[in-house]
Amino acid sequence: MTCLHLLLTLVFAVSLGTPVEIQRPRGVPLTKKQFYEESKPFTCLDGSRTIPFDRVNDDYCDCKDGSDEPGTAACPNGSFHCTNAGYRPMFIPSSRINDGICDCCDTTDEYNSGAKCENTCKELGRKEREVLQKMAEITKEGFLLKQQLIEEAKKGQQEKQSKVTDMQENKKQLDEKVEALRTVKETAEQPEKEAKERHLKAWEEQKAAIRLEKDKAKMAETFLELDDNADGFVSVSELQSHAELDPDADGTLTEIEAQGLMGGAEQVDTSTFESVWPKIKDKYHSESQAEEPAPVETPPDEVKEPVVDNDSEPYPEDDISEEEDEDDEDEDDYHEDDDKAQPTIKTPEKTHEDEEAMPPYDADTQALIDAAQKARDDFEEAEKALREMDDQIRNIEKELSFDFGPDAEFTYLYSQCYELTTSEYIYRLCPFNRVSQKPKYGGSETNLGTWGSWSGPENNKYLLMKYEQGTGCWQGPNRSTTVKLTCGKETVVTSTSEPSRCEYLMEFTTPAVCQEPANIDPSPHDHVEL
Amino acid sequence: MGLLSVVCVSLFFSSTFAVDRGNFKTCDQSAFCKRQRALKPGQSPYRALLETLELSDSRLTLQLINDNNKVHLLLELYRLQGNMTRVKINELKPLKPRFEVPDVLIAEPPTEPLSVLSKDDNGVVLSLGAENQRLIVSARPFRLDIMEGPEVLLSLNSRGLLAFEHLRLHKDTLDFSLPGVEHVYGIPEHADDLKLKTTDGGDPYRLYNLDVFQYELYNPMALYGSIPVMLAHNTQRTMGIFWLNAAETWVDISSNTAGKTVFGKMLDFVQGSSEKPQTDVRWISESGIIDVFIMLGPKPSKVFSQYASLTGTQSFPPLASLGYHQCRWNYNDQEDVKSVDQGFDQHDIPYDFIWLDIEHADGKRYFTWDPHKFPQPKEMLQGLMDKRRKMVSIVDPHIRVDSGYKIHNEITSKDFYVKNKDGKNYEGWCWPGNSGYPDFTKPEMRAWWASMFAYDQYEGSMENLFTWNDMNEPSVFNGPEVTMHKDALHGKWEHRDIHNIYGLYVQMATAEGQIQRSGGVERPFVLTRAFFAGSQRYGAVWTGDNAAEWDHLKISIPMCLSLGLVGVSFCGADVGGFFKNPSTELLVRWYQTGAYQPFFRAHAHLDTTRREPWLFGPENTALIREVIRQRYALLPYWYQLFYQAHKTGMPVMRPLWVDYPKDTATFTIDDEFLIGSDLLVHPVTEEGSRGVTAYLPGAEEVWYDVHTFQKHNGAQNLYIPVTLSSIPVFQRGGSIIPRKDRVRRSSTCMENDPYTLYVALSPKKFAEGELYIDDGHSFNYDTKKEFIHRSLTFANNALTSSNLCPDCNFLTSSWIEKVLILGASKPSKVLLKMDGKETPVDFEFDTSMSVLTLRKPGMNAGADWTLLLQ
Repeated sequence: MTCLHLLLTLVFAVSLGTPVEIQRPRGVPLTKKQFYEESKPFTCLDGSRTIPFDRVNDDYCDCKDGSDEPGTAACPNGSFHCTNAGYRPMFIPSSRINDGICDCCDTTDEYNSGAKCENTCKELGRKEREVLQKMAEITKEGFLLKQQLIEEAKKGQQEKQSKVTDMQENKKQLDEKVEALRTVKETAEQPEKEAKERHLKAWEEQKAAIRLEKDKAKMAETFLELDDNADGFVSVSELQSHAELDPDADGTLTEIEAQGLMGGAEQVDTSTFESVWPKIKDKYHSESQAEEPAPVETPPDEVKEPVVDNDSEPYPEDDISEEEDEDDEDEDDYHEDDDKAQPTIKTPEKTHEDEEAMPPYDADTQALIDAAQKARDDFEEAEKALREMDDQIRNIEKELSFDFGPDAEFTYLYSQCYELTTSEYIYRLCPFNRVSQKPKYGGSETNLGTWGSWSGPENNKYLLMKYEQGTGCWQGPNRSTTVKLTCGKETVVTSTSEPSRCEYLMEFTTPAVCQEPANIDPSPHDHVEL
Repeated sequence: MGLLSVVCVSLFFSSTFAVDRGNFKTCDQSAFCKRQRALKPGQSPYRALLETLELSDSRLTLQLINDNNKVHLLLELYRLQGNMTRVKINELKPLKPRFEVPDVLIAEPPTEPLSVLSKDDNGVVLSLGAENQRLIVSARPFRLDIMEGPEVLLSLNSRGLLAFEHLRLHKDTLDFSLPGVEHVYGIPEHADDLKLKTTDGGDPYRLYNLDVFQYELYNPMALYGSIPVMLAHNTQRTMGIFWLNAAETWVDISSNTAGKTVFGKMLDFVQGSSEKPQTDVRWISESGIIDVFIMLGPKPSKVFSQYASLTGTQSFPPLASLGYHQCRWNYNDQEDVKSVDQGFDQHDIPYDFIWLDIEHADGKRYFTWDPHKFPQPKEMLQGLMDKRRKMVSIVDPHIRVDSGYKIHNEITSKDFYVKNKDGKNYEGWCWPGNSGYPDFTKPEMRAWWASMFAYDQYEGSMENLFTWNDMNEPSVFNGPEVTMHKDALHGKWEHRDIHNIYGLYVQMATAEGQIQRSGGVERPFVLTRAFFAGSQRYGAVWTGDNAAEWDHLKISIPMCLSLGLVGVSFCGADVGGFFKNPSTELLVRWYQTGAYQPFFRAHAHLDTTRREPWLFGPENTALIREVIRQRYALLPYWYQLFYQAHKTGMPVMRPLWVDYPKDTATFTIDDEFLIGSDLLVHPVTEEGSRGVTAYLPGAEEVWYDVHTFQKHNGAQNLYIPVTLSSIPVFQRGGSIIPRKDRVRRSSTCMENDPYTLYVALSPKKFAEGELYIDDGHSFNYDTKKEFIHRSLTFANNALTSSNLCPDCNFLTSSWIEKVLILGASKPSKVLLKMDGKETPVDFEFDTSMSVLTLRKPGMNAGADWTLLLQ
């Protein structure tokens, strides 16, 4: 350990091929050779102290900055320079000198460890040049593609911008049209409404008259039925035969109760029966049709008439038909249950319904309705067109609002999706939208995150995309994905991984991140030294 | 059993963050514990039949009779060499033989003669040979007292709690009284303080190896391992009780001073009227015999050597395993392993081992590799070997029941599985689903298991692949209390008899496999979760599935201290916490603590975010790098301490009272600890801490801050202001610690590096230390005496290295590059005397801290030399 070589003779080729010998302490780069002069005491590069030159590389750390031991592992913070002729020169921490591991391709870091290192610089240099060349080609082509992308994006952006402007102009006209049509519609609806109300009222009156008529007929019929002895009077005893009329529901209709129903009289004739009828008609069971239920009042909302006052609903027809379906179903169910309990024939109801169906509108009213309907249709159509236009404008504006890069070079990725199939999953990246994962052999898709932001380093944030708030993980965070962009001719997802539970990493190549190729010779070797 | 798996899964993946106590028994829910605990003192039915006394040279036998049921017990008493007494009690004529635990004692303990001093109708007095110790056997009721002079050191059955249940279930109980003792320690594993608490009004401490999901802190619940050894300590004496029983065991502790205030104790003292403080301990086991070793000390170091003479010492680990270990459930694939490995180099952080958890195997079939994620294991291992680094893969004892799996088929065909009570193979649920459990209690099964680690059996393994045994309690997801049914059968014994030793056997067989694969040359490294008395012989232990919480960081100290007291020095806790994500501050503090604990491994649950040391910004990367480097610089000291532990049984990480047994202020300290005798560590374990108060023990001592070299007096509470970079560590004045300050990528890379000696002078300008060097990985230190062991002494202004093992032979190329003498005065000249020559040595003197630095004396680390300060 004390017999270390202080100086290292370096032989390497300069570009002209003339061998040159340059002597300097081991591990010192040429750029710092001037600080290590054998004839003079050495001053630590941080200026902290000056030591005799024989303490440079003597395997004992004298300088706090490690500068006195560039070629040994004595200082914890030192660094060793390997020339790596044929490849790239580099610095390694001095703790890697003689640690038994070959770090420098020129083997200079392992001069006293017994490690058998082979000089691989030439090979590495060749490989690196190949890689660099390939990369350069890719970069070059990629950069060209990027220029096209930028062109297209700019064009597209302009087109969209002008489209939006045009559309906004059109929208203004549409707005006006909608307002105009609304007025037309409202104007047509007023007379329509009045005419329909008139019609409805007339029909209500007519219905009332019919009902009264029917009641009277029923009353007469009942009177005849009750008047068992046909003497033209209904007596107390005759009434008593109808136990269902029992007012206190104790099962028997007593004489007194019957008399009560008959207003205290022993018997009534047809005219006085009119005052008895209202008290009994609800409970009375006809003798001929004992099972006949009391007439059901058809609820007015069951009346099927064309729905006309539903302007505010966007899709009135659909809605109505659904409601009807549901109602029908409900009724069917209800009847089914009912049938089992009480098998009744529904014909009488039908008759009632027929009788009570509203008569069609008269020609005048119908004309008003038709006119109003047309006004409504026109209005709705115009409004729908307006809505569609609004949507289109919003979409374009949204697209225009995305950060597609300094030159909009990422625009082309918008509304595209790219897939990668692995042994288990199909991964899908839809830039600026979402990332997802689907098992290859069936199973539902998992959201690995929706578009969040560009999240590359400060100097180029466009190298990473962050997708966040995907499907939640059990006992963990919501899934998220980082997409790493590298320069490539093709736009492809090249790999995916899950470095941490539920945090995905996707590698993605695109010409959009290709940098302008530098105009220098990519040959890397030795230029630092010269 | 299939149905139960649902229950188990919900238990295991319960979303609440705390142990579900309902899943684990309390004493009241354990029939035998409840029944035996209900016994009240002073009603002992046992009587010694003195007429049956027989005394051979070193063995005394005597029958005891239970007057209630007339059952006879046989008492055996042995005086063991090294100041120990063994008491065995068994049924004279058991209906069914009781289990006696094999494979824990390293040999039948050598005995010493006993002699009867006197005998009458009431009892017998025996001489215990040493000193003036006597053993008094009282006949009615039966009790034993061990006396030294006029003092009772320890009494057995003084409370009359001895109980043997005689029928099918073989419960047994015995009580011990420790007069003059207020501090008892040990009986790990519990997530509790170092000093054991009294258990009156609560549950006893439970010893029953269990896979506890998200364990709670500061309670006596059972955890993954059990060592039934308790230490009792006061200023006069340290003693130990080793209860050799592998069945479920509960330990009750009560104290007559526990309820007293300091003032009350003082009043007693002043008035001189007090009863003597006393601790009473009751051991209750579900089956087996009573087999107790009473280790009489009297010094702490003596108790450690006594216990070591019974169960062996800490295995001497490969040096690399004392470095830093990087683990995670899971490193996903070979690519991941490679990039983590490169990450360490990119950030210039040393590490020695990277670990693969259960996902590395093909469908949790241990001894195999996932063909997609790890298609080229040898290529991966070779990559690590090229960097002089190593790997650990997990091999658990539950075996996937799968006819396409070689291991399962061989175990089946050799009939090596544990059986259920009906004699069929016992099956339970674990990671692979339905699993069998090899019967590790069978020697032939262990031999077969060991053979599976041969390079041609464990395909893809290489010499830098080591092993991790997890889930070896054993964990059975759908079993009672997440473990095996007690009526499962190991040959003729029920699982209840052997439960606590199952895990030991797994690690034993695995370590044996690693030794065998190298032809007996290389030392093994095996980490285990479950353990028992004797497990120290097979490798390292960690404290199981902790959590990323400050309290879990704190508890790592008493948990490892308790293990160290009972033989297991190679202990650590998952750095960062296994469950949950640590804050950056907690992670940094945990690295700082873990770097100063024996087993130093970061580990994390599958659901946590990645936490390799460089993922928290450059400042925190620098903090973590710094403390890992401190660890590596101190590896020579750690290694020497493990050698000492291996040779003597002295714990590596120790409570302060071990070295300062008369200083009562140290008796309950468990937020700081000693590494060996010479380094005192007080880790920062409070969030947002701005300072800690460390107790520096020893009225005669001085302590040097290892970072600033500032000197502090002993026997004081020192307030130390801290920042996030502070790790309060002190070197004892009077000690010499060798370090390797050139930290490299891995410990192996540092093999030939030079040493720096840190000589910390005592107030009397004296210091001593040792230096141990060997190849770091083989048994040659043992089989061929290939090591260097030197004594370093500083006295009379001369530092001398002398050989502690003249007949040893080992050559090192390491040398002494620097000597720092702390607390020195400035010499006029420094001379190196070596090989009869004197050469001057350059030096520097820092007057502000009185530090003398000798520059490059340059002698070989194995040589004789003296450095003279003039």
